Amino acid sequence: MHARAETAASWPEEIFAILQRFEVRQVPYVPDAGHSELIERVLGSSTMRGVSLTTEEEGVALLAGAWAGGQRGVLLMQSSGVGNCINMLSLTQIFRFPFLTLVTMRGEWGEFNPWQVPMGSSTQAVFELSGIKVLRASHPDEVREVVEAGAAQAYNACTPTAVLLSQRLIGAKVFTK
Amino acid sequence: MSKANLLDRRAVVAQLLKDRNGAIAVGGLGASTYDIAAAGDHDRNLYLWGAMGGAVMIGLGLALAQPSLPVVVITGDGEMLMGMGSLATVGLQRPANLSIVVLDNEAYGETGGQVSHTAASADLVGVAKACGIKDSRAISTMAEVEAFASSLQDVTTGPRFASAKIDGANLERVLSSRDGTYIVNRIRGSFGHTPI
Repeated sequence: MHARAETAASWPEEIFAILQRFEVRQVPYVPDAGHSELIERVLGSSTMRGVSLTTEEEGVALLAGAWAGGQRGVLLMQSSGVGNCINMLSLTQIFRFPFLTLVTMRGEWGEFNPWQVPMGSSTQAVFELSGIKVLRASHPDEVREVVEAGAAQAYNACTPTAVLLSQRLIGAKVFTK
Repeated sequence: MSKANLLDRRAVVAQLLKDRNGAIAVGGLGASTYDIAAAGDHDRNLYLWGAMGGAVMIGLGLALAQPSLPVVVITGDGEMLMGMGSLATVGLQRPANLSIVVLDNEAYGETGGQVSHTAASADLVGVAKACGIKDSRAISTMAEVEAFASSLQDVTTGPRFASAKIDGANLERVLSSRDGTYIVNRIRGSFGHTPI
């Protein structure tokens, strides 16, 4: 059984409200436990389209198409998926479109699984080398303002932005037999 | 090298876009983009000069954003092979206004004509069908191209997928604009969206 340590925060609900306020319509995602509550809210929403992906780079391309068609979106993934996106992230510079991604972090803060550590350690640098601005939230009480700032600069200034949601915030995944 | 009884890629694309009405056309990296340019520049052409493997997903994003308009992705076998998972994503989302056409020359024409997987073993029509795109067909005649061109105007019966085996001859490049912000803002402008 794999169970997350209990967290009582309502920050996924705050993120959902921000996405609604910014009129986000397309929400591509590769499932992650840290995003599970937000994904459920998106799939239950009448104004947002959740799009389950086979790999994260699909989401970057989907959001480019959404923007060409007049809609905003946000890509939900975990840190290990960021490496899968690298070449497709070129689209954020080529189309100068309002790219926003919310990334749940693995490979840090009490990680159990060493296989998560290499990509988790290079996530921020990969984004920065790809021309994406990086913001981070580590505590429940800062999620709202960090995600709001990220959404504002992405959608208002067409500044491609990644918000990293720390493993400290989410809680390290607990592996029990 | 060219084989007999293969379709001419420029003729296929010209037929697909002949009576396009409001259709949006996405061209995959490489010769497909030149084919779309050769059929005539249009403010709803989205030319890709990179992002290999992303053409179908860009088409899906457009199709979901503009459900009343036909969206046709025209790409090559190499580009489609790189984004094969996106066929599973399309099969799940079932966008009724999205059509995908692969111009299959069984080779990587832009990089020296190295053979692709479709030359020997990979069956993209079978893949599309198995991913849940029920209307998936192989096209081998211009009459079939014509039928597909009229069906893509129906925004209620997709998604649909077609693969056309085309002549592998390298044709003269017809270069479209390669300025991404110009291309994407021109499409947005056609829907009435002003720049930020």
